[in-house]
Amino acid sequence: MKISYYPGCTLKNNAKNFEDSTICSLNKLGIQVEELQRWNCCGTVFSLATDDLIHHVAPIRNLIRTKESDSDKVMTLCAMCFNTLKRANERVKSDAESLDKINNFMYKEKIKYEGDVKVLHLLELLRDEIKFEAIAQQVAKPLKGLKVANYYGCLLVRPKEIGIDDVENPTILETLTTVLGADPIDFPYKTECCAAYQTVDKPEIVAERTYHILTSAQSQGADVVTVSCPLCAFNLDHRQEKTIKQYPEFKNIPILYFTQLLAIALGCPEDTLRFDLHYVDPKPILKEKGLT
Amino acid sequence: MRINISKKNIKNPFIAKVEELSGQNLLACYQCGKCSAGCPAVSQMDILPNQIIRYAQLGFKDELLKSKSIWICASCFTCNARCPKGINIAEVIEVLRQILLRKREDHVKVEKLTDSEKGDVPPIAIVSNLRKFTS
Repeated sequence: MKISYYPGCTLKNNAKNFEDSTICSLNKLGIQVEELQRWNCCGTVFSLATDDLIHHVAPIRNLIRTKESDSDKVMTLCAMCFNTLKRANERVKSDAESLDKINNFMYKEKIKYEGDVKVLHLLELLRDEIKFEAIAQQVAKPLKGLKVANYYGCLLVRPKEIGIDDVENPTILETLTTVLGADPIDFPYKTECCAAYQTVDKPEIVAERTYHILTSAQSQGADVVTVSCPLCAFNLDHRQEKTIKQYPEFKNIPILYFTQLLAIALGCPEDTLRFDLHYVDPKPILKEKGLT
Repeated sequence: MRINISKKNIKNPFIAKVEELSGQNLLACYQCGKCSAGCPAVSQMDILPNQIIRYAQLGFKDELLKSKSIWICASCFTCNARCPKGINIAEVIEVLRQILLRKREDHVKVEKLTDSEKGDVPPIAIVSNLRKFTS
């Protein structure tokens, strides 16, 4: 099976660990990943003002690129890209006038967009098309004894019209973690915002969120916390440096993309995990559990 | 604090604009407070999310536009998910930001960001921050 893939900006630098571990894992599962040609930034946030059509042009242009690659569906990894692409798609599907205006604006495009591309998150591909049972059969190195707190953040599950799982209590990552042989632990902060882009001009707010989210996971015995968004990853991992300054009693905990756990379990080589991009090194705990 | 409530402020042109640009019916709110109860950012806010809606119902334009809260909300959509009346509070807050940004009243001044503020964060952080906080 082939799947069209939209990476987005951060997957090509800070989140290369997310991309490399995903591509290796999908190859192990028999999926060929085809990156879209000439993709552009999705805008990162979906415009909420009713008249702000211009900011839907960028996501819709990527859906045209998907059609140009003879595909009717596109997979994303980043939760922000997923949310922006899918919401823009839903907006134009339910509003013919907006779609018409956006198409007219992009008059130089050879293909007219008709709302006919499906936006998928990798987790949906794993659950609905590859199936978790098939993944279970491919697990080469079960993640025995690793206690994993799965952090969903906001944009995979909200708003509920586009979310990939239950809006208040998603469990898709816990199911996947179990399939990989690890022990998922529940914690009450799994869908609480990390303060997102406030990290640029108000990092102290992010440090406060990071402190509460991570200490909650630690109080339930988590060894690692998984994420599915490069901005959550930055805030929960790299902002631990600031968190310790604000809360001296805070103890570091490694943050991993769920795809890095998938890659370890499926037997991908260590260079696809790119631990050099992490602030808190996940290797000591993985070594302790016999996983490196 | 003394507050003057007057009939002429309710449904004033500013509030009509907020309703139009957000696509929300503000008078549907009956002040249950679930939005504020679930908001992870209230500790940083001067006016709580349910108060933002109340102020909007009463036409308090100046209080809304000078509030710190509209720049604290990170559009996590927890309030929207929990509102029993189906009001999208995050959209209302976005529109309050937009009304200022469309007058070029940027919240983040790009030229004032330090090299470390710009350089240490991933591109996704910079793009989303500038999309939300600049015109």
